[in-house]
Amino acid sequence: MFSLRRISTQITSKGTLLAVRPNLVLRGYATAQDVSTLLLVEHKDKAISSSTLNALTAASKLSDNVTALVAGEDPEHVASEVSKIKGVSKVLIAKDKVYEHGLAEVYAPLLASTQKQLKFTHLVASHSAFGKNIMPRVAALLDVAQVSDVIDIESPDTFVRPIYAGNAIAKVKSKDPIKVLTIRGTAFPPAPAGETGASSEAAPESEKPALTEWVSEELQKSDRPELGTAAKIVSGGRALKSRENFDKLIFKLADTIGAAVGGSRAAVDSGYCDNAIQIGQTGKVVAPEIYLAVGISGAIQHIAGMKDSKVIAAINSDPDAPIFQISDYGLVADLFTAVPELTEKLKK
Amino acid sequence: MSNLKILVGCKRVIDFAVKPRVNSAKKAVETANVKHSLNPFDEIAVEEALRLREKLGNNIVKEIIALTCGPPKAQEQLRTALAMGADKAVHVEVGKDDSEANILQPLSVAKLFRAIIEKEQPNLVILGKQAIDDDASQTGQMLAGLLNWPQATFASKVDINDDKLTVTREVDGGLETISCKLPAIVTTDLRLNEPRFATLPNIMKAKKKPLVKYTPDQLNVDITPRLEIISVTEPPVRKGGTKVESVEELISKLKQAGL
Repeated sequence: MFSLRRISTQITSKGTLLAVRPNLVLRGYATAQDVSTLLLVEHKDKAISSSTLNALTAASKLSDNVTALVAGEDPEHVASEVSKIKGVSKVLIAKDKVYEHGLAEVYAPLLASTQKQLKFTHLVASHSAFGKNIMPRVAALLDVAQVSDVIDIESPDTFVRPIYAGNAIAKVKSKDPIKVLTIRGTAFPPAPAGETGASSEAAPESEKPALTEWVSEELQKSDRPELGTAAKIVSGGRALKSRENFDKLIFKLADTIGAAVGGSRAAVDSGYCDNAIQIGQTGKVVAPEIYLAVGISGAIQHIAGMKDSKVIAAINSDPDAPIFQISDYGLVADLFTAVPELTEKLKK
Repeated sequence: MSNLKILVGCKRVIDFAVKPRVNSAKKAVETANVKHSLNPFDEIAVEEALRLREKLGNNIVKEIIALTCGPPKAQEQLRTALAMGADKAVHVEVGKDDSEANILQPLSVAKLFRAIIEKEQPNLVILGKQAIDDDASQTGQMLAGLLNWPQATFASKVDINDDKLTVTREVDGGLETISCKLPAIVTTDLRLNEPRFATLPNIMKAKKKPLVKYTPDQLNVDITPRLEIISVTEPPVRKGGTKVESVEELISKLKQAGL
């Protein structure tokens, strides 16, 4: 069982993931001219999701020829924004209310039929809940493998991805004619704005099987920076002991320095913070400039989600906590005195 | 309400508490003499099937079948599922030992599952959202695509009312609820439930429960890997371990880092 009780016995890994290579090494049968990429755009409330911009950078490494697919009930505004991003050569628009809520049952046939008609060699999306839900279904419809959570692209058919919670790095070569990829956002920089707008046209028609119905959603609203793209993250663990402490200490410190807030699985499972902010193998993967871990022991599962942060600082009362093996700056102290002191001194 | 027959996926993986080591050939992670167990998300899948039966009753949940694809030793994980309370196990035997576990990729597993589903005719399939070894998070979605069934991935709450399945999903930024008709595929997230431990009497009883074996050939499924593993390496080592003495020193270091 994936039990909390055993987490303390885990040993942490050390290491960072491979850096993004600046130059694409081409080899194998595919050349840049043969490569044409379809990027699935994720968006919500008329805004492009930031992880799509990272996925676009990955797609641009494959070729200059990136077509973006925007689907939704009212996709025109997002499509026009997408057309202005550097690297997008064309925008396909699928306008229908069935596409409003990202249901895989209608998105997968849309991507598969778009591929079949326009012969893309690569289908790319971000490794977000949206991309993870849709892309494997697309791959199955096309009878090809998928490469998940790609952190580097070596050539049009060779990709690098973490396995075993980031404890090993696998380089895989796809033998399929079509490559379906989901991209780890933190491994690629976001694509910048472009100089000219790309043209747009309607996406090919496809089946819209009414297999599922969207009922409702309950999203956490927050004024704080988004966890996935925040430059600074303050993260709390089980040592906070209660939700009140978590709110009082972690959120206050985060707000003082304009950071996003994350939590370990232990903190989420104990009810100290919401599941949506869990960082780790089973939660979000982040790579901010500064990651401050407070009262987090540093289980493998948690390390998997944050070890690519540029600078890691940790506050923990246990000098042997595994988090100190990977943190650049560790402070052995009781968080209940150190965090208020830190917050006060940072206010000045 | 119709009869429910639930199929659960059970993958044998290196235990989550073990730190994996890359093997000397740099082609895989060392699996010999390493503790293996049932993938944590699959344990949650088995538990959810059992809870549905406890909630809806034996009249409605007729049978719970545990299915694995893997080496002979994967039967240990099937016995775990049986000891938790599954009624029957199906084993599609692939590879001779754990070192051959990575022959099987999600697309092949999805096709093997489809073949078993055609034989067993379940109307609800519950899988883990990802295996903690390859971290692919693909099999459930691929299976749903192959069968053209609805999929409810990353489930944190599952309700069944008549033929209607309602699932709360963990998505970026919060929760989302969807509903669909059965048959359907559900993949489990961590917060769906807390799996039970198998008791000793149930472990003994599990030894007598039926276990059916197949090979991919018998099922007429081609399991040729589509992805060639070129190398598996250790991640670069992070240089950590520096301690600071005080909050002031921590602040000055963080300021240097651009706070």
